[in-house]
Amino acid sequence: MSAAVHVAGVGLWAEGLPGFDALRARLAGAPAADTPGRPPAALLPPNERRRAPPQVLLAVEAAGQALAMSGLAPDAPACVFASAYGDQATTDYLCATLARAPRELSPTRFHQSVHNAAAGYWTIATGCRAPSSALCAGPESFGAGLLEAVLQVLADDRPVLLVACDTPGQGPLAEMTACHDAFACALLLAPRADGALARLSLHPHHGPCASLPWPEAFPADWLGGNPSAGALPLLVQLASGSGRCRLPAAPRLGLDIHVESPA
Amino acid sequence: MIAPLAVSACTATSTLGRGLAAQREALRAGRSGLRPNDFSNAPLACWIGRVEGVEDAPLPAALAGWDCRNNRLAWLGLRQDGFLERVGAARARYGSARVALLLGTSTASIGATEEGYRRLGADGRLPADLRRPAVHNPHSLGAFVAAALALDGPCLTISTACSSSAKAFAAAERMIRLGVADAAVVGGVDTLCDSVLFGFNALELVSPEPCRPFDRARRGISIGEAAGFALLERVDAAPRAPRLLGYGESSDAHHMSAPHPEGLGAALALRDALARAGLAPAQVDYVNLHGTASRKNDEVEAQLLARHFSAATRASSTKGYTGHTLGAAGILEAVFALQAIEHGFVPANLGGDEPDPACGPQFAWRGEERPVRVALSNSFGFGGNNACLAFARAEAA
Repeated sequence: MSAAVHVAGVGLWAEGLPGFDALRARLAGAPAADTPGRPPAALLPPNERRRAPPQVLLAVEAAGQALAMSGLAPDAPACVFASAYGDQATTDYLCATLARAPRELSPTRFHQSVHNAAAGYWTIATGCRAPSSALCAGPESFGAGLLEAVLQVLADDRPVLLVACDTPGQGPLAEMTACHDAFACALLLAPRADGALARLSLHPHHGPCASLPWPEAFPADWLGGNPSAGALPLLVQLASGSGRCRLPAAPRLGLDIHVESPA
Repeated sequence: MIAPLAVSACTATSTLGRGLAAQREALRAGRSGLRPNDFSNAPLACWIGRVEGVEDAPLPAALAGWDCRNNRLAWLGLRQDGFLERVGAARARYGSARVALLLGTSTASIGATEEGYRRLGADGRLPADLRRPAVHNPHSLGAFVAAALALDGPCLTISTACSSSAKAFAAAERMIRLGVADAAVVGGVDTLCDSVLFGFNALELVSPEPCRPFDRARRGISIGEAAGFALLERVDAAPRAPRLLGYGESSDAHHMSAPHPEGLGAALALRDALARAGLAPAQVDYVNLHGTASRKNDEVEAQLLARHFSAATRASSTKGYTGHTLGAAGILEAVFALQAIEHGFVPANLGGDEPDPACGPQFAWRGEERPVRVALSNSFGFGGNNACLAFARAEAA
């Protein structure tokens, strides 16, 4: 099979890349942009923004950027949140507290520990009652999320917001995940071309697959360290308006992706 | 409407026992599998649905690197009801790359991470035997089962709390309809761990007695563990198998850990499932309710039922038998709905001795032996994440 959708919005948050424009500038030779310590995540109500864990702030920031670029109503798109590790700071807190004094566990930190925490905060903040999903697929989490989001666009003929986000490991867990940098991105995928940035066609193929081509402007260890950064080859093609790249969606399932002008 | 899919094989393992027959016998006999909490070092005073013998069922040597309670229960579950052989036949028929694997879990193998933190070395690292990145990862379940079943097509783990494994059916239907796969193994596994026992306790949602869904004096949930799996294929591959007719998915947009007070999201999921299935409410014979026995969920769900169905539609929660198996609840209760269809019975709503006044005449307070042609299963999760599945006997489809 092959599948085609349109990209109506892009969001991005990583060190030196606080948005899609920053990626375009960087590819044009500009130095790394200043990145505030905490993403603004302006769509969250102030009290939630204060309490939300890093994973939620990053995911909401990237999602909000993509939504704003698309011009869609906040509650319109269904959403798919992909993350290889979920909120590692919360997992570390949870396991450390359970080992020390399990009855002192914070109820708020517990409900923030679900893998769909970002999806929950996002749908509550935007009033979105459309389907929302949260998934993981190890190092292939971004590609697996992209495939799921594209299938939702085509199956239900509706816009779908894909958000991929991983945050640095903390405590003893950090050695196991080896994820050292934060990276979040979002794509607002739509069935039709109206005002879209690009047309995306996916061609799945069987066999092992690496994320190609890796943009030289960015540290190679982003790819090894943060599964969500596996999106970069695609983001770079989107920034340049057209091109091809290849991303893994499972250990032996690759996606050949063609980016074209929306036509 | 969608084209129905055949559920050509399924299996479940819970505190009621291993495999379909054990589930069915307990459901028909009205026998609960809940017992006083004997899990963890400092057990809370509550009741749990614990699967016997998980500790004594190690993984085969070739899969030993995946060892943890959740993957042990997955392996135990896969070996019931000839499910491994059925997947093997599908693999041979379609090819390993054309059978998708879509599993749901809420906490995956976090029990292994918890244990690592309890046994940290003087250097602050996890103990050497637990320095296995593959199990400290929410995709541990999907990756392990892919290895165990030798499947190498699309593979992902869905983790939307208590709707996780119900949503796996929806993702599978899309993959088959759009040609990414020819068949799909769906399911879910969640196991008892400190995170959920102490976490739900911190939210004051755990009952000190066996949970009593829809009882006026219910005091909260009992947590359980389970593994369940199903094989989905196009109808022509298994024309006599029960069918997945539809599914509905929605978000509450209300609160992280409490349902929408009027059940708006739950109603959207229900209507979405009925619409995709091409069903009117009057055609539904049985609804397996989410029915956790939390004060809020049951109140909202009883009203949802009363608004949509007549007394001819029978309904019950089966959490009084198994406890709330969280991310596995979707598949476990989908299997119960399929058993109701295949064997013609409606399980009693165990624990509802004094029904909540919000409950209408749809509730089966006692078990009923009757034909069930169409059955629904509700699953609602934290973050306001809702799913509803619709199944039917082959001739009703």
